[in-house]
Amino acid sequence: MTQTIKIDTGPDANGHFGEFGGRYAAETLMPALLELEEAYYRITAEQKFQKEFSELLDKYTGRPTPLYYAKRLSEDIGGAKIYLKREDLAHTGAHKINNTIGQALLANWMGKKKIIAETGAGQHGVATATVAALFGMECKIFMGKEDVGRQAANVHRMELLNAEVIPVTSGTATLKDAMNEAMRYWVGAVLDTYYVIGSVAGPHPYPVMVRDFQRIIGDEAKQQIMEQVGRLPDKLVACVGGGSNAMGLFYPFLNDDIEMVGVEAAGEGIDTGRHAVTLGEGSVGVLHGSKSYVLQDADGQITEAHSVSAGLDYPGVGPEHSLLKEMERVVYKSIDDSEALKAFKALCTFEGIIPALESSHALAQTFKEAAAMDKNKIIVVNLSGRGDKDLGIVRSLGNDYF
Amino acid sequence: MKNIQRRFEQLKQQGEKGLVAFVTAGDPDFDASRALIEKMIDAGVDVLELGVPFSDPTADGPTIQKASQRALKSGMTLKKVIELTTVLREKTDIPIILFSYYNPLLAYGLTNFYDDAVKAGADGVLLVDLPIEESDELTSKWPGDGLALIRLIAPTTPTERIEKIAASASGFLYLVSKTGVTGSDGLDTSEIKMNVERAKNITDIPVCVGFGISTPEDVKTVAASADGVVIGSAFERVIEENIGSQGLNDLIFDFTKSLKDATK
Ligand SMILES: Cc1ncc(COP(=O)(O)O)c(C=O)c1O
Repeated sequence: MTQTIKIDTGPDANGHFGEFGGRYAAETLMPALLELEEAYYRITAEQKFQKEFSELLDKYTGRPTPLYYAKRLSEDIGGAKIYLKREDLAHTGAHKINNTIGQALLANWMGKKKIIAETGAGQHGVATATVAALFGMECKIFMGKEDVGRQAANVHRMELLNAEVIPVTSGTATLKDAMNEAMRYWVGAVLDTYYVIGSVAGPHPYPVMVRDFQRIIGDEAKQQIMEQVGRLPDKLVACVGGGSNAMGLFYPFLNDDIEMVGVEAAGEGIDTGRHAVTLGEGSVGVLHGSKSYVLQDADGQITEAHSVSAGLDYPGVGPEHSLLKEMERVVYKSIDDSEALKAFKALCTFEGIIPALESSHALAQTFKEAAAMDKNKIIVVNLSGRGDKDLGIVRSLGNDYF
Repeated sequence: MKNIQRRFEQLKQQGEKGLVAFVTAGDPDFDASRALIEKMIDAGVDVLELGVPFSDPTADGPTIQKASQRALKSGMTLKKVIELTTVLREKTDIPIILFSYYNPLLAYGLTNFYDDAVKAGADGVLLVDLPIEESDELTSKWPGDGLALIRLIAPTTPTERIEKIAASASGFLYLVSKTGVTGSDGLDTSEIKMNVERAKNITDIPVCVGFGISTPEDVKTVAASADGVVIGSAFERVIEENIGSQGLNDLIFDFTKSLKDATK
């Protein structure tokens, strides 16, 4: 795709990315959202804040994360050169920490002493519990009961970090219900509690705020690829659950002549109806405070998402992705459970890196893209997290997939 | 819309306050729900709020969540809530307000919704997750003024914001009694009184208070300052505890009557 226009996704003053985004929230929360927006723009404009943020990213989470050329893997595929942006090496094992550091620091500046969060895979929960410990804040994590079961190691980590993990049994007992419950709790506790949303979803200002805290991924990748090969990559690939690791990687490149591919989870296959292909198969609706693509039935009831990866098992998606889809600036594809598991194993085998199942979706798509490209082309894929948390699931599925 | 105004004027003349009843439409199923609501109307409900069940009710506590789940399970949809409105309208002239999250309306089509709701005899709509900042999209698709858009204010709403909200409010202003979801307990009646007075200093339209009001005593206290009192979870609890029992309709009748008496 050759790019001729300058891309400006926004958002506008009310948090709209084109027709998407906005603030579809209960009136009780509106003053808090307006206050948060005001505080976000004011505080993050201060040099002192940016300095504290960047010091924590460097010294506490270990940034910059490496950009690593996966030579054996690339050669085995025999196409484009694959570079991995190693978010798996950030403290706590995923990109989620970039955002929680930013938001906890903001909460701290705002004088809030209590934080809450929702979590799916548990990565955002762990990243939130971590910064709560770091800043000495009280922390509650809402997690679907389903996920408490399939991500037991992360539950244990959160508890070690002194967070209270609240299992959510309502609805489908997964990420979407954890978010419902966190919002309900916040409605009652909004006066002294800060809600750390874990992706570029939710009401304004969350999508813009989380994007801005995550753009460090793309900013670093751009600098690193210039240093390593002296030119920009030809393609970027990232998995899309809510869409934060993808926005983080893509955003600094939006105006460059580069193809971008977001990868959704096709679960057991699109035909089975058991998938999480929100942008590809969903339609425009309102969920969790913003307008975006959602999985829903004809009556506007949200339907269940399915994926082997808890972090992609979500029937919504960040509003900026919906706009990027409509603009055709980013192409959205999907990878099913079995393709993701094969890619998971391939990275273990060829590079000695155990990826998160979420990231394995991005890898599987990268392999397809790379195979169809010349050897002198370059793909950067976001390795959004490490796979330790998924060992239980992978083991329980047995070797049939590999 | 006029119907809401007329009802509150009537109440004022009679020296009464309004009993606004929220019921999840289709809980436990269409026919049972219809029978229950008719009992409530017979017992003296002044304004009916028909709850459109939604899969992800983020402003509702466990009681209304469960009611929505039961209704959805029985096959309830926005279309059927509008059908129920038509059926009820044949029997009563009290104001009927459709109480919903925004997504079912979006899926229905905003203009279609207006046409069908007005035709069915609905007088207004209240959307929990549609603040003033986002509501132009909805009202700009409405071809007439046949539906009141009931606005909400909360204890957290600053006074200047109440002024903005009141400026576009019609029907009545819904004051959320507390900083919390529906059905949560702990009613602070002096805070409610203060918030009602704050709103009444700003607007002339009736102010109704809801969330967490459950007994005739609560009603009496709140009705001392407010123009109307909204009861939701308390009805749903009676329904939940007595589903399938022969006596449910009578229980609902008696309970509604005790609440209505407390508004006089
Ligand atoms: C490692 C990893 N990657 C990706 C995701 C998906 O989230 P997002 O799309 O916001 O990056 C998660 C979510 O839990 C995750 O843990």
